[in-house]
Amino acid sequence: MAEALRAVVVGASLAGLRGAEALRREGHRGPITLVGDEPHRPYDRPPLSKRVLSGEARPEAIDLPGQAGLDLTWRLGAAAVGLDLPARAVALATGERLPFDRLLIATGTRARPWPNPAEAALSGVFTLRNRDDAAALRAALAAKPARVLIIGAGFIGCEAAAACRSIGLSVTLVDPTPTPLASVLGTRIGRVVAEMLRREGVDYRPETRVEALEGDAAGRVRAARLAGGGRLDAPVVVVALGALRNTEWLAGSGVAADAGGVACDGLCRVLDRAGRPVDGVAAAGDVARFPHPLFPDGPVAFEHWGHAVEQAQHAARTLVGPPEDHGAYAAMPAFWSSQFDLNIKSVGLTNGADAVAVTQGSLAERRFVAVYGRAGRTVAAVSFDSARWLPAYAARIAAGDAFPPILGATDQGRVAPMDPGFPQRPARG
Amino acid sequence: MPDPTLFAAVKDPAHRPDPYPLYARLRESPVALQDDGTYVVTTHAALRALVFDPRLSSEDLPDATHPPTGNPFKDWIVNPIKDRIRSRHRPLIFRDPPDHDVLRRHVMREFTAVRVNAMHARVDALVADLLDRKREARQIDLVDDFSYPLPVTVICEMLGVPPEDEARFHGWATQLATALEPDAREDKENRDKNIATFDEIAAYMQDLIKEKRRHPVDDILSGLATGHDPQAGRMGDYDLIATAILLLIAGHETTVNLITNGMLTLLRFPEHLERLRADPEMAPRLIEELLRYEPPVHFRTRKALASIRMDDTTIPEGAPVVLLFASGNRDPARFREPDRFDPDREDIQHFGFGGSLHFCVGAPLARLEAEAALVALARRLKNPRLIDNPPPYRPGASLRGPQHLRLAIEGIA
Ligand SMILES: Cc1cc2nc3c(=O)[nH]c(=O)nc-3n(C[C@H](O)[C@H](O)[C@H](O)COP(=O)(O)OP(=O)(O)OC[C@H]3O[C@@H](n4cnc5c(N)ncnc54)[C@H](O)[C@@H]3O)c2cc1C
Ligand code: HEM
Repeated sequence: MAEALRAVVVGASLAGLRGAEALRREGHRGPITLVGDEPHRPYDRPPLSKRVLSGEARPEAIDLPGQAGLDLTWRLGAAAVGLDLPARAVALATGERLPFDRLLIATGTRARPWPNPAEAALSGVFTLRNRDDAAALRAALAAKPARVLIIGAGFIGCEAAAACRSIGLSVTLVDPTPTPLASVLGTRIGRVVAEMLRREGVDYRPETRVEALEGDAAGRVRAARLAGGGRLDAPVVVVALGALRNTEWLAGSGVAADAGGVACDGLCRVLDRAGRPVDGVAAAGDVARFPHPLFPDGPVAFEHWGHAVEQAQHAARTLVGPPEDHGAYAAMPAFWSSQFDLNIKSVGLTNGADAVAVTQGSLAERRFVAVYGRAGRTVAAVSFDSARWLPAYAARIAAGDAFPPILGATDQGRVAPMDPGFPQRPARG
Repeated sequence: MPDPTLFAAVKDPAHRPDPYPLYARLRESPVALQDDGTYVVTTHAALRALVFDPRLSSEDLPDATHPPTGNPFKDWIVNPIKDRIRSRHRPLIFRDPPDHDVLRRHVMREFTAVRVNAMHARVDALVADLLDRKREARQIDLVDDFSYPLPVTVICEMLGVPPEDEARFHGWATQLATALEPDAREDKENRDKNIATFDEIAAYMQDLIKEKRRHPVDDILSGLATGHDPQAGRMGDYDLIATAILLLIAGHETTVNLITNGMLTLLRFPEHLERLRADPEMAPRLIEELLRYEPPVHFRTRKALASIRMDDTTIPEGAPVVLLFASGNRDPARFREPDRFDPDREDIQHFGFGGSLHFCVGAPLARLEAEAALVALARRLKNPRLIDNPPPYRPGASLRGPQHLRLAIEGIA
């Protein structure tokens, strides 16, 4: 019977490809159709804000490995526009309908656009989510603009700033919060990043809000107007304000999906409006919101590379096998970022942390492990150029150790819990 | 709980030829407490978890070498200073972060892939030369005639030791390698010899380093002596000498053992000797399997700086910990049929070169030397046969390998 089953994967990127691969590995023998609204075969996003911007990698040279030999049917450049659950079919913008027995939803996220559409449309204003964005921005940078203004000091903003500096461009980085990465790492650790940015020559301006972008008669961006009256010349503007989940195409389908993502259970099964799992439909990656055993506050969604891979594999197992057989998805969240020579890595979730302590190395040397505690438990660890230690911390977080864990490291200084300094607004994660 | 005297049995020379059944019994507990208070880490999973635990220290401060004399001036001022100077010579293998990382950065700057690969032709020539000398022989001792001389010559050339001094290094390297053998260090007589040897080699190095600073050339010592790290600055003299000595001795008996164990294993599994002769391309895989199956370094010691909770054991603060790498390499939970020598294994994640932040710096060089050696031995030894099986072993339980490996041959091609 398994031979005839048809699988459709919507979203032809990391989670989609790894999900298709896992479907095959788990024994799905019928056709698999990958639907993607981008015209490209699946490629890797992390280099877009790093090596692609600096020119070390061409945007065409970052395809994800492992696409051959899976016997996939591709529908690229074709957006899914609807899901018909009673008929068990996906509707494409081309008018085509794809019937399925198994459906994997992996539509990820897109860049949050600059809020004023007319200003966002000025030429010279970029976002950075996909390959075409990166290619266009790279071309603009290669023309050596007098300055690049980056709005938003999250990971992508900081990485883009580093890439621009590495090719000798003047960079101004603005953000309304007191330090870079404030919502993820807190301002205490964020200060270390701020110092590095400045040392590397970035004109970093915290607590600065861009009110409007100004264009010239030709529709090219010229300047940014700051709240409180300042003005910055800016021939190139990178808008790095985070991401929005791609769930609009599911509106009215009966599945529980909104701006917070597609709701799933622990087995990655998509839920309907009544909270019941929909048979044969799963979701994975940036778009999925699900209960994680480590995080009691309610469902979470992660925008992390490793998570997209692992959750897609879990979802594929659910779709093929009896789902109850393999238990709930509980992989430890983890991400990395590289900026200048610095490697940042994190395990766990800093959301709601009320304390941070440096257990190894020192902030002054910018080489350390910082752990985050919440109500006396360890919830996350972040390393700066010390990634080798994180597996030991991940084990302590999974075991629910008291905060701070792992005292007595060979390179431990004085361990003093501090206020992490999260800005008063919901943390990303 | 496995028998708490098993590790003592491992150290007993009677078990040197085949310690693996003891390891199998030790693995009943991933972290096996012994009756001397040592915690032996035995399984692949437990080793993986602990090699990157930041509470395990490699710092190994030499004991004070000067016992009290009753003379307050000597006891409180002169000898403590001497002891401290000696303790400052601790090389990176005995140091923890952050110092370890700084030293290692210096070493990696000089011990580059380019430098190692540049030795290719030279190693081939040395190998050929050692074999040429025994062309007509009907019997050789693979250790004395071949495995032993090769690594010291190679590392001396890379460091930049003048050829005329190389002979002295052979003697020094042999003596000082015992400093890496945990048990040999406890032996008072041996320790005194090491100290004397150390003082000799340190004095020699001091002069050599001065010379390299005056006339730097393209070798590792010149690089270390004149180099500058953007973060760490220059390497101090104490560290330089300690590093040079470490590079000399860390690759000495280890590489000897890899080559000797390699030939021993190939003679025990002659079908693979045949295959290697016919297909030298298989050498890299064969050598990885050797590093799993008969690793030159069986264990390394650490100290727990804080209590460490594992699934079924808690290692208390201050406890000595033994990372029994060779046991992890034979763990059936990780490797199918672990006691079979099988170069065709799909996945050989061994601990032959360690696995922590002290992961072997010399791994690429060791692989290159072993490959050149084993391929040449397979091709050139005519009808080699083991005379003693098992062969006599050197005393070390950690740096474990044959003392001699006598082979009957019908000449060398
Ligand atoms: C610039 C950048 C740098 C990053 N760096 C890191 C990093 O250093 N470390 C890290 O851990 N993570 C990083 N990430 C995050 C990581 O890339 C994502 O977590 C990962 O790409 C998520 O994969 P996904 O398949 O779930 O979603 P996506 O990669 O977003 O893929 C979703 C795909 O679905 C398509 N799609 C959307 N809607 C539809 C529709 N209706 N019909 C058809 N197709 C549709 C989208 O166009 C897209 O191709 C980075 C992300 C970006 C953008
Ligand atoms: C077959 C040959 C070799 C084997 C099996 C071997 C094995 C090992 C092992 C297991 C360690 C880890 C020690 C620990 O964790 O405490 C190590 C470290 C080391 N090895 Fe090797 N080694 C070999 C050859 C060499 C060579 C040829 C050199 C250099 C010329 C070398 C230099 C070093 C150094 C410097 C360290 C310490 C690294 C550090 O502390 O960061 N080794 N080796």
